[in-house]
Amino acid sequence: MSILVYTENWEGKFKKSTYELLSYGNEIAKMMNTPLIALTIGNVDDNELKSLGNYGAEKVLKISDPKLDVFTSKSYTKAIYEAAKAVDAKVVIFSNNVSGKAISPRLTVKLDAALAAGVMHLPTSTDPFLVRKRVYSGKGFADYELNADIKILTLNTNSFEVIENHKDTVIEAFSVQIADSDLSAKPLSVEKTSGKLLITEAEILVSGGRGLKGPENWGMIEEMAEILGAGTCCSRPVADLEWRPHQEHVGQTGKVVAPNLYIAIGISGAIQHLAGVNGSKVMVAINTDPEAPFFEAADYGIVGDAFKVVPALNEAFRKFKQGS
Amino acid sequence: MKVLLCIGHVPDTTSKIKFTNNDTEFDKNNIQFIIGPYEELALTRLLELKEKIGDLNITAINVGPAETEPTLRKALAVGADDAIRVDAEPMDAFFVAKQIAEVYKQGDYDFVVTGKESIDYNGAQVGEMLAEILEFPSISGTSFIDIEGGKAKLEREIDGGKEILEVDFPFVSTAGKGFAIEPRIPSMRGIMMARKKPLNVVAATEAAAKTKVTRFYLPEPKSACKYVDAENVEELVRLLHEEAKII
Ligand SMILES: Cc1cc2nc3c(=O)[nH]c(=O)nc-3n(C[C@H](O)[C@H](O)[C@H](O)COP(=O)(O)OP(=O)(O)OC[C@H]3O[C@@H](n4cnc5c(N)ncnc54)[C@H](O)[C@@H]3O)c2cc1C
Ligand SMILES: Nc1ncnc2c1ncn2[C@@H]1O[C@H](COP(=O)(O)O)[C@@H](O)[C@H]1O
Repeated sequence: MSILVYTENWEGKFKKSTYELLSYGNEIAKMMNTPLIALTIGNVDDNELKSLGNYGAEKVLKISDPKLDVFTSKSYTKAIYEAAKAVDAKVVIFSNNVSGKAISPRLTVKLDAALAAGVMHLPTSTDPFLVRKRVYSGKGFADYELNADIKILTLNTNSFEVIENHKDTVIEAFSVQIADSDLSAKPLSVEKTSGKLLITEAEILVSGGRGLKGPENWGMIEEMAEILGAGTCCSRPVADLEWRPHQEHVGQTGKVVAPNLYIAIGISGAIQHLAGVNGSKVMVAINTDPEAPFFEAADYGIVGDAFKVVPALNEAFRKFKQGS
Repeated sequence: MKVLLCIGHVPDTTSKIKFTNNDTEFDKNNIQFIIGPYEELALTRLLELKEKIGDLNITAINVGPAETEPTLRKALAVGADDAIRVDAEPMDAFFVAKQIAEVYKQGDYDFVVTGKESIDYNGAQVGEMLAEILEFPSISGTSFIDIEGGKAKLEREIDGGKEILEVDFPFVSTAGKGFAIEPRIPSMRGIMMARKKPLNVVAATEAAAKTKVTRFYLPEPKSACKYVDAENVEELVRLLHEEAKII
């Protein structure tokens, strides 16, 4: 028996979300009294792999197969399936990101398992296996009972703290059989918008809405983001009007984000917008209209003109950062 | 060519959510149901493709009780050619995927499109599960689809960029943002024609649900917003640091 965590790497490196995932897995491993095993696919050097032991992994399975250099959901599912079988995994955990979302449902079918996607908390019980997740785009929550021998969970980023728990981890090479028929959707090209902080990973987000009047006014938003080490995002009309790139659109039909701090500037707070951001720990709204619905959801509010408030706030944030 | 488009019957995006029966059921009272927003975009793009390549039959499918038929009729009014309702309560994503896989095998479809995520259960599961059951490749969160020379060209968002893929038929694509820009709405003529288009009801196949909701909850009510004077923004910085301990 074991708990298996799929630790994705980005050009050979892990992210904070990887350690969140392991910390989460380690707590479940304790609840179920069984070892925690990490699984990586690709070329990661041993030092980086060893770092997984700092968060509870007793063993790291390392799959390096040139056939897996390109990601396809089918081939990755196959590889993880073989590993899960080999270590008799009772719980398999993924990050609720692009690849986790693509692999986990397929693996669920292959392992005859039960899946809860987008969890934010530890299971409240492991027998029966009960875990809470958001439903109705964050307008509600539900306790899910998973009724299969193997359970699969995908964990939202920023929803679990990193807990150090040192183990002398062993690294073990694991080989898999990938057939050409498992690789049928081949990418022709990949376009990276590199360097930028992924908004789904950011701990602070500065977000702008139509109240900012035009793309030329985003300088002060980017400035705030830079001072705070934050990412930037926007409401849907802002992306639709092409004031900002589509990757920045958050909300019910855009990305779902849950940073520690969400600063909404010139955003009215429509229910579809809030659906994508209401998992944030603290929300700040800056709006000229005291009746803007965002103030009902926000923890802190400033009724005022963004063109005056934001530059002043940038000054204050800068002073604070220099002082601290 | 034939495509099977999986349509969810979900509460309107502006709905206020309530639960009933000791918080074990969603309260459908006063709720307006719609086609899932991603499926609406998918239908729009498939209609554009139909106009481009001529030969494309769009079958809309829903797994649900009779009350979902108006949603399927709406898909027909927007432009789907025919519709299938699998007569069953959608118990969980695996159950739904099993039903759709069965229908797929009975027909002569070339590919399947689903939404990337439903806005009720937010599972993001049905499309991928279906692909695994049928042993097809899956492309999730597709932001663009085109068909040319017997091959499909798709674009999808990946963490920190986008990827362009060429895929052989058959496959499952889960549609995300960008698939189409503005969803098409039914015309008067479309609504009239929809009444005559076939909506076939088929019986469910045996499949066991693996998950069950034991209880729903509403989010904790938020404490009231604390206002800071626009002339005194340093106060906000102080509160974020000392009270919220977030910076
Ligand atoms: C099916 C569906 C899905 C949707 N999905 C999404 C989604 O995913 N994400 C999303 O964001 N929206 C979504 N929407 C759209 C949503 O309903 C709103 O229309 C949208 O969020 C409004 O964006 P906004 O707040 O930027 O613009 P507006 O509603 O135009 O609000 C602008 C705000 O700026 C304020 N303002 C104006 N000038 C200033 C100033 N100088 N300083 C400070 N404040 C100022 C105004 O008071 C106002 O509150 C969806 C809608 C539908 C129907
Ligand atoms: N009952 C259903 N009938 C048909 N299609 C469905 C049903 N439920 C979900 N789907 C499709 O599967 C997608 C993903 O749903 P979900 O896995 O619930 O997030 C939706 O966007 C729909 O396209």
